[in-house]
Amino acid sequence: MIGHHLRGVSLAAVTCAVAGAALGLSACATTGQTSSDPASSDPAPRPSRDMTLATGLDPSKTLDPYPSTYQPLPRENFALVGATVLTGADSKIDNGVVVVADGRIAAVGDASTPVPTGYRVIDARGRYVTPGVIDVHSHLGVYPSPGVQGMSDGNEATNPNTAQVWAEHSLWPQDPGFNTARAGGVTTMHILPGSANLFGGRGVTIRNVPSITMQGMKFPNAPYTVKMACGENPSRVYGSRNQSPATGMGNMAGYRAAFIAARDYKAKWDKWRETGEGAPPTRNLQNETLAGVLDGSILIQNHCYRADEMAMMMDMADEFGYRISAFHHATEAYKLAPQLARAGICAAMWTGWWGFKMEALDAIEENAALVDAQAGSCAVIHSDDPELTQRLNQEAAAALSAGRRAGLNISEEHAIGWFTSNAAKAIGIADQTGSLTPGLRADVVIWSADPFSIYARADQVFIDGALAFDRTDPAYQPTSDFELGQPGYGLTAANINEGAR
Amino acid sequence: MRLSHLIAGAVAALAMAAPATAQETVAIVGGRILTGTSVIENGTVVLRDGKIVSVGAGAAPAGARIIDAAGKVVAPGFVAVDSGLAGTEVGSVRGTNELRNNANTLSAAFDVSYGLDPWSFTLPVARLGGVTRAIVTPQHPGSSGGHVHEEDTAGAGDGGYQTPGLFAGQAAIINLAQGTDILVKPRVAMVAPFGEAGAAVAGGARGAQFVLFKETLAEVRLYARNKSAYERAGLRDLSLSRADLEALIPVADGTLPLIVTVHRASDIRQVLRLAREEGIKIILDGAEEGWLVAGDIAAAGAPVLLNPIANLPNDFEMRAARMENAAALDAAGVVIAIKGNEGSTHRAREARYNAGNAVSHGLPYASAIAALTVNPARIFGMAGQFGQIAPGAAGDVVVWSGDPLEPLSQPSAVFVNGVEQPLTSRPLLLRDRYRQQTPMPPAYRN
Repeated sequence: MIGHHLRGVSLAAVTCAVAGAALGLSACATTGQTSSDPASSDPAPRPSRDMTLATGLDPSKTLDPYPSTYQPLPRENFALVGATVLTGADSKIDNGVVVVADGRIAAVGDASTPVPTGYRVIDARGRYVTPGVIDVHSHLGVYPSPGVQGMSDGNEATNPNTAQVWAEHSLWPQDPGFNTARAGGVTTMHILPGSANLFGGRGVTIRNVPSITMQGMKFPNAPYTVKMACGENPSRVYGSRNQSPATGMGNMAGYRAAFIAARDYKAKWDKWRETGEGAPPTRNLQNETLAGVLDGSILIQNHCYRADEMAMMMDMADEFGYRISAFHHATEAYKLAPQLARAGICAAMWTGWWGFKMEALDAIEENAALVDAQAGSCAVIHSDDPELTQRLNQEAAAALSAGRRAGLNISEEHAIGWFTSNAAKAIGIADQTGSLTPGLRADVVIWSADPFSIYARADQVFIDGALAFDRTDPAYQPTSDFELGQPGYGLTAANINEGAR
Repeated sequence: MRLSHLIAGAVAALAMAAPATAQETVAIVGGRILTGTSVIENGTVVLRDGKIVSVGAGAAPAGARIIDAAGKVVAPGFVAVDSGLAGTEVGSVRGTNELRNNANTLSAAFDVSYGLDPWSFTLPVARLGGVTRAIVTPQHPGSSGGHVHEEDTAGAGDGGYQTPGLFAGQAAIINLAQGTDILVKPRVAMVAPFGEAGAAVAGGARGAQFVLFKETLAEVRLYARNKSAYERAGLRDLSLSRADLEALIPVADGTLPLIVTVHRASDIRQVLRLAREEGIKIILDGAEEGWLVAGDIAAAGAPVLLNPIANLPNDFEMRAARMENAAALDAAGVVIAIKGNEGSTHRAREARYNAGNAVSHGLPYASAIAALTVNPARIFGMAGQFGQIAPGAAGDVVVWSGDPLEPLSQPSAVFVNGVEQPLTSRPLLLRDRYRQQTPMPPAYRN
């Protein structure tokens, strides 16, 4: 809720302001950067004694300790003309024009939309233009290729609550999967820890650009998220070790105990900030993440398959006073679609996956369409898979097809939102990207054909207005360091030279 | 609910109430016919007595039940390869999995055909994806059904199980006709992992597996020549059980094909050489790096079962995986069959999308259709019997609303052995239960 109300403000500043309000902090700078001189920008009354803590001990000073160093790739101003434009905002424009200036969408309209002089004009006649694909559930970089033990960094399966770990600290930027995903139109990814734990740790949102460092991919000012997991995985992993949780009821007890501890932690900091009495509380990264959930600055991304379990998670959110942003996998979301829509919770789903375990038994292809049919809903198509992420448009096409088979009247310009604008909403970046709306980041894909066709390929992919992939130009087909000199490197198969891998 | 849906529902209900019989004559008229080897515009397919009687431009015979396929596409039912259909219900529920044998007393003799369930709820789901036949194949640690959702099962799934023997067992052919004995033919191929998974069975290195494999074939041949001596304990000790030795005789004599799961180009070459030296007939499975040695595969005449969307270096034996693999192998003259995803059980229906992706990466459309239909039939010795729309072939025909490789297309009629199948499934029952609003809970909506 808080995130929604404050949307539009710089998110780093929002995070700081929210955390500051909730924790009663005195050192929260309005610039969004941590400040070495609290007095210079401190609007709040301060206790008389010096409460300065060393960096690293004071949560308020370390809200963004591994900051984004992302810089857009070289870019120019341009206009895409002649394409069928699916804006991601429920509209379709035939023979449309999309104008991009300084990395932002400047204008979207029909053929009469003026193109400023000096802008490069890209002929997209006969092709389709959409917002960049957003995958809200990826393990690229943390479960990279090659999937060997030394690179398996996605599950800190050592304790049911590892809210203190951050996926960004496991992320290997050289995962070749980032390149193949980009060739499938993916411009933004939300990288999550795995689902072994009740609290798997923080997720990180990235710009899908090649980078030497994680920080170079990190989406500037995107809110942090935390991965929670319902169901079979945590109870199987820990139950098999004769440890709690071993059951669904153990899962619930584990979440509740964690939020009780987080409430307590937050109260101690609040009190110390207020009174300045005694020694400051010891910083605890686990509780700090969950305190961020309680104050609304960290968004819950909850792996949860079954309708009955989602309903309990919703009650638990009320019990402790926080909000769930999205249920992931949500194979039974269609059984609870009205409740999800009323609560404003997104459901991130597959179309074709089912039956691989008991909690996936009732998955149906129509899940997204039935969730979507509710007013105020937020249906998202996600991958959780390095191959599927390359084809979220096809997964959405299968979902659309199933919906139409069920007699639902769903347009393509609406369904495109399942992996663009709704996905952005689920991870709290809809004010940044996800649709072709003036002012937003120019994350744009030119498709060779209707993206709901199996034959469509991403011809060109722009991230922040910069060409990041071009299927017809080897100069824009990046490879990771890992790929250099490997078997097959530099060779083309079937005399086809188009696109990475 | 749109009228078309109501009509489709009514048709399905009729089909459920009074199943069509193979005795009736059915004529599918006016569609674009993909026979598996050619295309006929505005053609007619006639089904009778479970088989395809004719295909061509002719008119429907008098008295035939007419299926109007104007504006639609008529294709052979697809053949799922490397499939687990009817062999497992829920992936993680071990008790429902009939595709894996962990006994150390039996490997090659393991016969999946005994465990297949015609009432499996996986079959109607696959049928709605146009699948009418399947080659049900034993799983092993290197097979595409051997690793499922590693991330989602939190690294604690059942991807890590080990098969104790060099051989995973024998595959069977089924049809997907509702309410019938689905078994078409048992023991149509032997299965063996090579590469990393095969090496693991032998102790960890490829050099051990190949030697062990050759020694095993030598023992099989020794046994085959000296059965009576073996029976009176007059033969030296052999490492395999009698059942395994028996099962391997047709492999050793080159009459039963061996499905070799193998990924790395160098391993493919070694396997082709092994097959040549030993005189065995092989079918390559996986072959993600096959494009690097496409000429060798073609020269050996070895067909390939592949998943064209495998393009990531998942491990060190797939570093050259490419989306263009299918196109390159086809261009070299290799007979390919295209798989569904994850063991082609629950996701067998996605084979058509995989074929479409192969097309967008260079595979000719006709080859993609063949890779789902006639090719698998040829590879498993059933050419002309199913997998194509040709006189005398089984009446496995699907009428599609459009191009069957497109997700936006759906089947409007599915025939197996000439009998129209209901377009229902457990997931569709769930869908319809939860689409309604009634004063009573969903449990009352049956």
